[in-house]
Amino acid sequence: MIHLEQVKKAFNQGRTNEFWAVRGITLELEANRATVLKGPSGSGKTTLLSMIGCLSRPTSGRITLEGRLLSNLPERFMTDVRRSTFGFIFQQFNLIKGLTVLENVMLPAYPLGPDHRALKQAALGLLKQFGLADRADYKAEWLSGGEAQRTAICRAMINQPRILIADEPTANLDTRLVREFMAMVRDLVDMGKTVLLTSHDPMVFDSPQVAAVLEMRDGLLAEA
Amino acid sequence: MSFVRKQKYLIDYTLSSLGRRPGKNLGLLLVYTLIVFMLASVMLFTHSLRTEAGLVLQESPEVILQRMVAGRHDLIPADYLDRIGRVRGVSEKYGRLWGYFYDPAVRANYTLMVPRDREIVPGGVVIGAGIARTRGLDEGDFLTFRSSAGEPVSFRVVGLLDHESELVSADLMLVNEATFREFFGIAEDYYTDIVLRVRNPREVRKVAEKLAVKLPDTRPILRDEILRTYDAIFGWRQGIVFVLLGGAILAFVIFAWDKASGLSAEERREIGILKAIGWETADVIRMKFWEGAIVSLAAFFLGYLLAYGHVFYLSAALFEPVLKGWAVLYPEFQPVPFVDGLQVATLFFFTVFPYTVATIVPIWQASITDPDTVMR
Repeated sequence: MIHLEQVKKAFNQGRTNEFWAVRGITLELEANRATVLKGPSGSGKTTLLSMIGCLSRPTSGRITLEGRLLSNLPERFMTDVRRSTFGFIFQQFNLIKGLTVLENVMLPAYPLGPDHRALKQAALGLLKQFGLADRADYKAEWLSGGEAQRTAICRAMINQPRILIADEPTANLDTRLVREFMAMVRDLVDMGKTVLLTSHDPMVFDSPQVAAVLEMRDGLLAEA
Repeated sequence: MSFVRKQKYLIDYTLSSLGRRPGKNLGLLLVYTLIVFMLASVMLFTHSLRTEAGLVLQESPEVILQRMVAGRHDLIPADYLDRIGRVRGVSEKYGRLWGYFYDPAVRANYTLMVPRDREIVPGGVVIGAGIARTRGLDEGDFLTFRSSAGEPVSFRVVGLLDHESELVSADLMLVNEATFREFFGIAEDYYTDIVLRVRNPREVRKVAEKLAVKLPDTRPILRDEILRTYDAIFGWRQGIVFVLLGGAILAFVIFAWDKASGLSAEERREIGILKAIGWETADVIRMKFWEGAIVSLAAFFLGYLLAYGHVFYLSAALFEPVLKGWAVLYPEFQPVPFVDGLQVATLFFFTVFPYTVATIVPIWQASITDPDTVMR
């Protein structure tokens, strides 16, 4: 589904503090399953994930999605692909404070200008599905960690993406909530979604819901 | 349709975004409204005064002829009316009697005049509302002054001038010819000046040239020149107020620039999140454009409406002493509501436009950064 070929990413290129976060990765990610990128901090997981999710471009190399080259798209098209193909769940959840749970979930759809009633119904449907129906009118900052994460998942799902990207999704959660999250990952895969996670938590990469684990070290894939 | 809906979503988000920072935005709205209010008040008021003065002067004669002695205005002999003779284009000519009188009791100058269109009984006087107010007079009351001969002369108030013309008639006293001549000691065969009515406005200048040749010791004053003078006086007064407001405007510009251009860390983070979840740079800029536009439009309309009320319903109480009246007694009048489209547009351009632009620049800088910053 997603193919990476000799993907490299440098920060501050050409300056004295030049740093290569990803140093040449070639891999194939399969659809309809959960894949985990594991590795220590600074190994390049998040950088790789952001390139796959069209949040940034590789310095060199190619990324294709079902044969379509993503890595050299202009910003506008990249945003288009990002919006329609990927849903993001961030480590800090990144909900917007002051907005309600419902508004946070609807937010990624605003630039598409959908019918308001239909959008609200879709958002409420997602909140119900993830057990947040009674939290729709809560402000984002009033939520517990688990609720905030489920809200972030609903927000990632609102544009019906095929691929969900989660960066260290369990870093701020206790054991019970990690188990709950992994159950949700299983549900998402059952719904036909492709899930791509980064984590260095054994509860995630040893979980039976995960189909593939790729280990990274120093910007490269570690040999299995 | 989807475009309109998209704008509605962006405005909706903007409004909630404004609501989430009430302190910052309300403070800005308040200061902004105050500035628009002050500028619009001055503009509306001076414009209205000019219009008012123009309307009043429309009734005045096209040419006024004054006799000059050693460069000073002097009384004009009545036989000058005959010496003018027939001038083409002049439909009417007559002598006028008017003058000033200083009233030490209230330390004010009054303008005494003999009206042509109104018969006033000997010893009677019709007074402007300013005098009536200052001296506490009403019809039937008496007003006593010392004449030029040193004799006390009593005038009986037989009428009051209406409020509508108060801008120029606040200090006016109308008396009959005999009373006027007696009071000032002006001989029968002299007038203060002579006025000429000219129907065709294109002939006015020619008439003035002929008069200057025929009567070399006189100067013709054209109505257009008076209008221009009033215009200049109001323009000058408006200028002074604007200079005084300059400091306030500058303070506002600094304040607005700081508020509009300084994005807080929270706002930067929010822009990062919006981009990461699928908003384009253009969407973020549009949203922030709406934010600037909503604040400045609200301030503009609010400030303008307040100024309108201040000028036309409260008689511009704040600027009255500086801007109003060339009569010594402050007139009390209600300016006729009048709004000039060009003036509104100018004010709009100088308030709404710069603020909106000031909000866009820093947003553009923040919104072109890679969305992956929120991942770090």
